[in-house]
Amino acid sequence: MPAVEFRNITKKYGASTVLEKLNLKIDDGEFLVLLGPSGCGKTTLLNILAGLLEVDDGEIYVGEREVSNLDPKDRGLAMVFQSYALYPTKSVRGNLKFGLSARKLPSDQIKQRIAWAAKLLRIDHLLDRRPSQLSGGQRQRVAIGRCLVKQVDLFLFDEPLSNLDAKLRTEMRIEIKKLHNQLQNTVIYVTHDQVEAMTMATKIAVMNKGIIQQVGTPDEIYDFPENLFVADFVGSPSMNILDCVIDRANDSVSAVDQCDDLVFELNDYKWRQAATNGQKVKVGFRPEHFLQLNGIQPTAKYLRLERRAQFFEKSGRDAIAFLDLPSRTIAARVDPPYADRYRHERVIPVLLPLNKINVFDAESGQRL
Amino acid sequence: MAALFFCVPIYVILVTSFKSMNEVRLGDIFALPQRWTLASWKYAWFEACSGMRCDGVSGGFFNSLYILLPSLVLSISLSMLTGYAMALWDVKWANGLLFVLFVCAVVPFQIIMYPLIKITGFFGIYGTTFGVAVVHAILALPILTLIFRNFFRSIPGELTAAAMIDSGSFWRIFFEIVLPMSGNILIVVLILQITSVWNDFIVGLTFGGHDAQPMTVILNNLALSDTGENNYSVDMAAALLTAAPPLIIYFVLGKFFVQGITAGALKG
Repeated sequence: MPAVEFRNITKKYGASTVLEKLNLKIDDGEFLVLLGPSGCGKTTLLNILAGLLEVDDGEIYVGEREVSNLDPKDRGLAMVFQSYALYPTKSVRGNLKFGLSARKLPSDQIKQRIAWAAKLLRIDHLLDRRPSQLSGGQRQRVAIGRCLVKQVDLFLFDEPLSNLDAKLRTEMRIEIKKLHNQLQNTVIYVTHDQVEAMTMATKIAVMNKGIIQQVGTPDEIYDFPENLFVADFVGSPSMNILDCVIDRANDSVSAVDQCDDLVFELNDYKWRQAATNGQKVKVGFRPEHFLQLNGIQPTAKYLRLERRAQFFEKSGRDAIAFLDLPSRTIAARVDPPYADRYRHERVIPVLLPLNKINVFDAESGQRL
Repeated sequence: MAALFFCVPIYVILVTSFKSMNEVRLGDIFALPQRWTLASWKYAWFEACSGMRCDGVSGGFFNSLYILLPSLVLSISLSMLTGYAMALWDVKWANGLLFVLFVCAVVPFQIIMYPLIKITGFFGIYGTTFGVAVVHAILALPILTLIFRNFFRSIPGELTAAAMIDSGSFWRIFFEIVLPMSGNILIVVLILQITSVWNDFIVGLTFGGHDAQPMTVILNNLALSDTGENNYSVDMAAALLTAAPPLIIYFVLGKFFVQGITAGALKG
């Protein structure tokens, strides 16, 4: 029995349809990340689940219950917002207490839950402070604490780390993930940051323009994107995508780069549908899949490229070489020392393993 | 410089109120009193005649108070709750109600004066301080509701969403979250209402009858009587007594008023 289920969710704002017949099942204990660009509908979907927005059509299930017509407070979930949304006139203790007193819990149980949550999140020394006296990370933990004390099985996060600086973001990411491992509850997490998605999720649902593009584990999304959108969205720098044409000659299939002179031999590619001769496709490969020429024997399973690098983007850990092709540049990731070695020669040899290539149909964008 | 110019009449009033009538008759209005006396003040408060009653303005002071307090309670509580509901809850016909409020806020009092007289007479509150208070409350409701609604709209949406998920109760959210955040706007509204109700003349005159006349009406009767001598110093003292309460309130709460406005309180 899934922890959360969306059935045929449709949501319109006036003339524009934000979500149309959206279906999604989330299993118990999952950390599901809704990932997508701004305006793709992920926050709308989250708010619909929380009961803050009404649907035009469709049903929502939490556990076994249909909650589509229930008030937010009766749905058995808790939510953390991007701006933390702490009650400014209450102390931290008051913030944690508010939802519990509203549920008319006995006061010793309330005290117990507050003490437990405060200890877990290390905010017990802050209980008497006001939100305005807390730092960003502390406020975030109080917001999470507000959810913890409710002791529900479903947590919703709406871009909670966007307001934090980079270092704090990394710390809080780890904390949230640890919390999830400890509590084993179901988490639905909305973000546009793919690093957050890849590091925290057990499953990612990539969305664009109100449509779920792919649902899968982070590895599946990364290694086997279902369509061009997912391929391009996940990965930084983005996947290189070239326009090619399929050439079937004597039992061998390859993709010939239309604009330039690369040929990708695809005999070992795991085709889902057979490609027809002359079919227009797009071939994608990630910059980080390139290998350096350090003692690897270039066999037929590799595509060897020796191109002039227009410039390098170095960031301590990586060096991205932008290689010149006749009509465009492609990005290739190498180690900084390797980049330095070839800097003066301006031609840098790299190898692309052919089993890392993704082929998409040029018209539909779907994976072949 | 312009401020000083406006202070000149006030200076004259102040100075005249401390003189005895003998000095006033000398006609030198800008001169400081040679003999400072509080006799006019005492007379104004306790004994001055307004119409047929010679109780001074003190009676009017208490009437004004009995008018002010219920009108404050009624107008602020009703408009605050209505503004809160319109701003943060899904109210049907909210737009229609908003439009009606705008229209009512600009309708002049004189148009609804006579129907209000009939209504207060029907309910038996005509000529009582409570009746005057009710009329003040009615007149203030449109503009106050708009002010509160606009202020509550400025509360971040995520805050109300969190409160809905936590509790979802109309009253609990109002008393525990929204009301504590309303300090600024409450002070603005209080100052507006206190000055408007206390200094009002026409509503008090129309609905006060004989027994419930506020201080402003008493002052008018006192200062504009035709018979006998015009005791200017008493008139001045009475005027100052009438004007004092809102001035004092403004001096005390004034800085919060400015804070409230600049914090975006009066967006309407």
